[in-house]
Amino acid sequence: MCGIVGIYLKNKKLENSLGSHLSKMLINMSSRGPDSAGFAIYNGENDNRYKYSICINKINFNDFEENIKKYFDNFELIKNSDHVIIKTYIKPIEVLKILKKNFKDVSIVGYGKSIEIFKQVGNPRDVVKKFKLENYTGTHAIGHTRMATESAITTNGSHPYSTGEDECLVHNGSLSNHNNLRRKLKKYGVNFNSENDTEVAAGYISNHLSKQKSLKETLKDGLKDLDGFYTFITGTRNGFAVLRDEIACKPAVIAETDDYVAIASEFQAMAHLPEVNNAKIFEPEPSVVYSWGD
Amino acid sequence: MELDLKKLKLRKINDKLQNLDRKQNERDFTIINPEGNHAICAGLNDEMNITIKGHVGYYCGGMNKKANITIEGNVGTGVAENMMSGKVHVKGNASQSAGATAHGGLLIIDGDASSRCGISMKGIDIVVKGSVGHMSGFMSQSGNLIVCGNAGEALGDSLYETNIYIKGDVKSLGADCIEKKMDKKHLKNLKKILKDADIKNYKAESFKRYGSAKKLYNFKIDNISDY
Repeated sequence: MCGIVGIYLKNKKLENSLGSHLSKMLINMSSRGPDSAGFAIYNGENDNRYKYSICINKINFNDFEENIKKYFDNFELIKNSDHVIIKTYIKPIEVLKILKKNFKDVSIVGYGKSIEIFKQVGNPRDVVKKFKLENYTGTHAIGHTRMATESAITTNGSHPYSTGEDECLVHNGSLSNHNNLRRKLKKYGVNFNSENDTEVAAGYISNHLSKQKSLKETLKDGLKDLDGFYTFITGTRNGFAVLRDEIACKPAVIAETDDYVAIASEFQAMAHLPEVNNAKIFEPEPSVVYSWGD
Repeated sequence: MELDLKKLKLRKINDKLQNLDRKQNERDFTIINPEGNHAICAGLNDEMNITIKGHVGYYCGGMNKKANITIEGNVGTGVAENMMSGKVHVKGNASQSAGATAHGGLLIIDGDASSRCGISMKGIDIVVKGSVGHMSGFMSQSGNLIVCGNAGEALGDSLYETNIYIKGDVKSLGADCIEKKMDKKHLKNLKKILKDADIKNYKAESFKRYGSAKKLYNFKIDNISDY
């Protein structure tokens, strides 16, 4: 099962209500994935600072703040439930090294200049409420409700997965060659935090994008290299794409208007969107990469 | 009578339609605000006319018997699945497995139907005015699948006695499916269904017929390497 949802805005009209729309979509998809939920939101901020999305798990926020001061001096911390966004000019290579070495009890769920990721176990309705998703604004957003199959119900087992700067992936389906592929990608220096199959697909995409390939080319290659069944929604800083495997047994519906592109596992998740009844509604074809932005 | 899915629960509406009060003469219903809900109008047993204004979710009109259901929008997976008789008319596009396993009745789709349209159909007539996706007519047993547009990959894979009529191109044929001769009886049959579906702009002669080569009917030791 699992539910996937995403919205990509073509203009500024709906930017202020992006979080509220995605929130309703995720809650509607609770029936497809009651185990955990998560979302990635690209808020289009451009102050050149990096944002590191961290799940601090059971650690007390004040202790975390005290501790992090020991390592960084020019940063801002934004707390949202058990997640923290660290904003700083310091580059990922340094920050990730410090976090991994000294903060072993936290999970780094993503980083980039625009993206913020929040994910946690629990019913999507509770997760969405906890992170106050409806208050978020932005340019595009992707979400997931999970019915666990391939790995445990944990924060690290929840989607979206992010393995590169401003990149994220959600997945409905399962991959059968993820162990082999994970071994290969590890050799190329891709890091993994879980045993989850989707994280491998995210790592595959990051590895490709790091070789200056476009999102479209990357996904086309993915059709050959990723074995299994899937509907993917993937996001980059300015891009948004959808891909279904060649059998296409995992559902997806796209609704496109002049203002937005929305995708969900089932139409009912989009039924509340503005002008959706006048949208161009279609089912993405198997093995065809659909992409918007760059 | 107008039934509003924003005000009434789906179960309440389905229950009302499944157990029509025969003392009252109400046989025309309009359902508004379907909002992609699943199983709308599933399991109807009586003659009645229903118009659904908007897009619906999975299994709309499933197991239908006698009812005449029109959907003014798109439908999700498995529209009219296992229909026994009656008519379901989709004015938009249909998702996967439209008319799956259906025994009878008529399913008309004005737009396109995606993959596995008419999978395992057992006697229904399906008319798609647009195109159908891959694996359509898979393991279909009887009835007629008519497509005015094109068909995707592996059309009619492992089919039995279903007649498939395609006007446009077929991307590829599935195992044991071949093009067959259009005899007079087939033309007559096709003409009747096109008329039932109110299609006037296409001539029956412009369609091609596909069916089973019947090589997979019985186990053959020569085919062992194919299993």
